[in-house]
Parts: sequence; C-alpha cells; structure tokens
Amino acid sequence: MIGLRERTRAGSDNVPSAADTQRTRRRWRGRQDTLAAGLFLGPWFIGLIFITLGPILASLYFSFTDYSLLSPPEWIGLENYQRMLEDERLHSSLGVTVVYVLVSVPLQLALALALALVLDRGVRGLPLYRSVYYLPSLLGSSVAIALLWQQMFGAEGLLNVVLSLFGVTGESWISHPDYALSTIIGLNVWTFGAPMVIFLAGLRQIPAMYYEAAAVDGAGPVRRFFQITVPLLTPIIFFNLVLQMINAFQSFTQAFIVSGGTGGPSDSTLFYTLYLYQRGFGAFDMGYASAMAWLLLVIIGGFTAVHFIASKYWVFYGD
Amino acid sequence: MVTETQPRGAAMRAARRRREHVRRLLTHLGLIAFGALMLYPLLWMLVSSIRATEQILRDPSLLPNSFVWQNYTEGWVALEHPFHHYLLNSGIVVAGSVVANLLACSMAAYAFARLEFRGKRLFFAIMLATIMLPVHVVIVPQYILFSQLDWINTFYPLIVPKLLATDSFFIFLMVQFIRGLPRDLDEAARIDGCGHIGIFVRIILPLSVPALATTAIFTFIWTWNDFFTQLVFLTDPDLYTVPLALRTFVDSTSQTSWGPLFAMSIVALGPIFGFFLAGQRYLVKGIATTGIK
Repeated sequence: MIGLRERTRAGSDNVPSAADTQRTRRRWRGRQDTLAAGLFLGPWFIGLIFITLGPILASLYFSFTDYSLLSPPEWIGLENYQRMLEDERLHSSLGVTVVYVLVSVPLQLALALALALVLDRGVRGLPLYRSVYYLPSLLGSSVAIALLWQQMFGAEGLLNVVLSLFGVTGESWISHPDYALSTIIGLNVWTFGAPMVIFLAGLRQIPAMYYEAAAVDGAGPVRRFFQITVPLLTPIIFFNLVLQMINAFQSFTQAFIVSGGTGGPSDSTLFYTLYLYQRGFGAFDMGYASAMAWLLLVIIGGFTAVHFIASKYWVFYGD
Repeated sequence: MVTETQPRGAAMRAARRRREHVRRLLTHLGLIAFGALMLYPLLWMLVSSIRATEQILRDPSLLPNSFVWQNYTEGWVALEHPFHHYLLNSGIVVAGSVVANLLACSMAAYAFARLEFRGKRLFFAIMLATIMLPVHVVIVPQYILFSQLDWINTFYPLIVPKLLATDSFFIFLMVQFIRGLPRDLDEAARIDGCGHIGIFVRIILPLSVPALATTAIFTFIWTWNDFFTQLVFLTDPDLYTVPLALRTFVDSTSQTSWGPLFAMSIVALGPIFGFFLAGQRYLVKGIATTGIK
C-alpha cells in the first residue's frame, strides 16, 4: 500500500496531473494568442507607427524647421513659434474658431436636448420625427450643402427672397464680415440631430420608477425635471459636449466652401484649420503648418482636459 | 349628492381628456412645423434643381412649377469631365475605404476583444486616444510621407491608411460588439479544431453583421462627404471626386449657374440619402451606442 502510494506520488513528477495539463494548455494557448495578436493587430500597429504616432512626432520635428518640400528641412529652432506669436491672421483665426465652438456647440446641444425631451414624452411617430431631424446631420458636412448655404445667404439668395416678401431688403450675408460666421454657425446648429439621438437614448435609460416615486412624493413636472432628468442625463450631456466641441474645432469644409477657400470676408470665416491648410498646402510652408498642427493638438487636448476636470463638479455618475 | 358629483366628475375627466388631446395636437403641430423648417432648404434645393437659374433667384416656393430637366443634362457635362467620371472616382475611393475598414478594423477588434497578449491594455488605451485625434494634426507629415512615396494624386493616401486600421473609432465599435458575443461559441469551435483564424472567420464575423453594417454605412457616408483629405491629396482634375468637382462649379464660372449646380448637388447627395433610408436601423443604433455623427 505504502509502496503503491509512494509510486503514485513519485509518478506525479513525470505524469502530468490535470492541473499541469491545464497549465500547459493555457501556456500553449497564450503563445497561440500572442502569435494571433501579431497577425490580427499587425496592420493596426503598422498604421499606428506610420500613419498616426509617427506623423505626430515627425510634425513636432518639422515644427522646428523651415521646410517647403523642395529642399530638405532646415533646423531653425523656435522661429516658427516666434512667428506664430506675431502672426495676426493666426490670432484672428483662433478667435474665429473659439467663437464658433463656444456659440455653435451650446446652441446645437440646447436644441438637441429640447427636442429629445419633447420626443421622449411618448410622442406618436417618434421614428419618423427622429429620422427627419437626424437627416441634416448626415448631409451637413458635404460640399453640396455648403454650396446650398452659399446660395441661401448670398445677395440674391433664398433668405433675401423670403425677406423681400415681407418688404425687407437684405444684403449678402456671406460677404458681410459681421454675419458670415453666423451663417456657418447656423449650419452647425442645423445638424443637431446626431446629439439629439444620443440624448434620446440617454433619456430611455432613466427608469420610469424614479419619476413615479417622485410623483408619489408630490414632486411637480419642473421639480422632476431638475431633480431626476438633469442629474441622470449629465453623463450624456458631458459626452455630447466633448464630442461636439472636438468636432467643431475641426470644422473645415463649410468655411472653405462658403468663403471660396479664402476665409473671407476680411478673415471673418478663417477657421484655424482653414488657415493651416493655406499655410501648409497653399504656401507649402510645412514647418509653420506643423507648428500650427501642434498648437491645435495642445488646444484640443487642453479643452478636453478642462472638461474632464470640470466634469467632477457637475457630472453625476450614479451613487 | 352622488347624482350630482358623478356628472361633474365625468365632465372634468372629459375636459382633462380634451385638454390632453389639444396638448398632443399642439406638440405634433410644433414638431411638424419645426421639421418643415429644417427640411425647407433641402426641399427647395430639390425643386430648384428643375428650375431655370433666373427663377431660382426669385422663387422661394416648394411647388414644382417648372421642369427644366436640362439642368441635369447640362450639369452633367458642364465640367472638364462628364459627371459620371467623378462619381466613378468617388466610388473607387468609397468602395476601397469600406472594404479596408471592414477588414482591418474587425481584425484589430478581434485581437482586443478576444486575445490575451502582453501590452494589450496599453495598446487599447492608445487606440482609444487616437479616436479623438484630429486629422489636421497629422496631415502635414502624412503629406510629406505620401509625396515621398509618390502617392500624391493617387487614391492610395485615401485607402491605404484605412487598410492599416487608422479609423480607430470603428475598432472601438466592433470591440464593444464582439465583447457582447458569448465566448462559449469560441470554445466550441476551438474543440472542433478551429484556430484563431477559423474562429474569427466562421464565428465572429458572421455574428458581427450588425456592427459590420454600421461600420460600412458610416464609412460610406463619411468618405463620400469627405472633402479635406481629398482636397489635400488629389489636385489632378482627372482624379477629382464628387465633392472636389462640385466645388469647381463655383470657381469656373464668374456667374454661378445655380440650376445645373443644384442638379449635380442632388446627384451628389442621392447616395447618402439612399443609404440613410436603407440603413436607418443601423445608423440610429450606431449613434445611440457610440455617439458618432
């Protein structure tokens, strides 16, 4: 008996136990996984190096050079950044972009939230309304719509034709420095459908139970809105805010088309991205454009970081 | 007493019901009026595409009261190439982008959702961070890279990055989807002798059709609408895509002929509208779960 038991115990060193087999199998599978990861993630990794991360670092290098593509880049230290400090078009383009972001995004989100709230109250035909309101979001970034906008707000455009019915003579809105930006802001507000759909999905997540309980406790509709809907919706509001702001910072097509690529009249629609395009691909001043790209990255990163820090004070993530 | 309160209660209830009806009616009226306002520019462009340019400049109505089909035939041949040339160019870019995104993003998503490997968390975090990366930040060095490869004025700069899964947004979308698929199916396939490629091709891909459809539709719409990268990488008029061609309508003539321009704009928006009608389910679900435009 003892001998037998000893033999078994001794045998356990050579004969793999169930636990051992599992471990080997897991190890084998681990190796399989690593191999497969190389295969499945390979293209992504190459893309990361050559298309995404590499270019970011490369543009940091180019930002310290004078480079026109024709001759090799020439190291000039901080000169591009010094030029940026004195470049008035750059400053005005920053101003235009910030105004655009700070005006159009809140307007767009307010409209999106208002309509989501109306639609969420069991309106019949919800899918139809949702589709109609969502459609502009799909079309809004296209050249065709930007051209339509250019017509609508031109001297002989649709808006002025409608105004003339009321005896008002309008001017060319897109060639007036005070109004041109507003037409592009209007275009962004027009695409409120996408955040609206996200708000609607968020409103669906709020359990009806909460509203019933509050109603039983005697809370009126206004109270219920501010005590239940708003706090529980803050994560969605935050999400939409960050997303739409980053999108708005990158707006290009509308301003480019409406102003015919110039950013005019008198630079009133010269978005930052448009100016970057002009420096990089109009003047082929690649060094300066790289420095601008880095500033854009820092600004967007900064805005996002501020949002995330501020979110601690107003976004409500459950108990 | 009882006979008195009964009718009064009923009357109150009827009044409340009536008020509820009115309220609902007003809501619908408001929503319809607002929807009409939103769609008015689009519909006006549609009817204007069959109006003479002089009429476009003075008729704000939506009644199709004239039928100038020449706008379409004139617009089609108004530019350097007939318009189907640009449609074909856009078609090539879009088809390449859709195929590339489906392939590359689903593969990367499988790795993130199903494989265990070193550095996975770090790579995943990097992938998430690149979702928010503006294209303008990388366009200059990309341009330098592609010009050194002699790829400017080819479609490669528009398709090859997608083949390398740089639209990380769709990777994220598919990771989320694949994580929701039961792992038992993988195990069963493994016991039946499938490797990772087998599991991916036979189990994960067929089950991921909704996520793949969302990816395909959004890639289609975004690439079809994309202007910036096409403007940067395609400067040869032979390679112009639809957005680049539309733009030259305004540049080429001092007096813009709005009739033909609107006609071709309608042609340009047509495919998006078609996809919108066909793929609504995926679109709404796609934005609702991930928050894209």
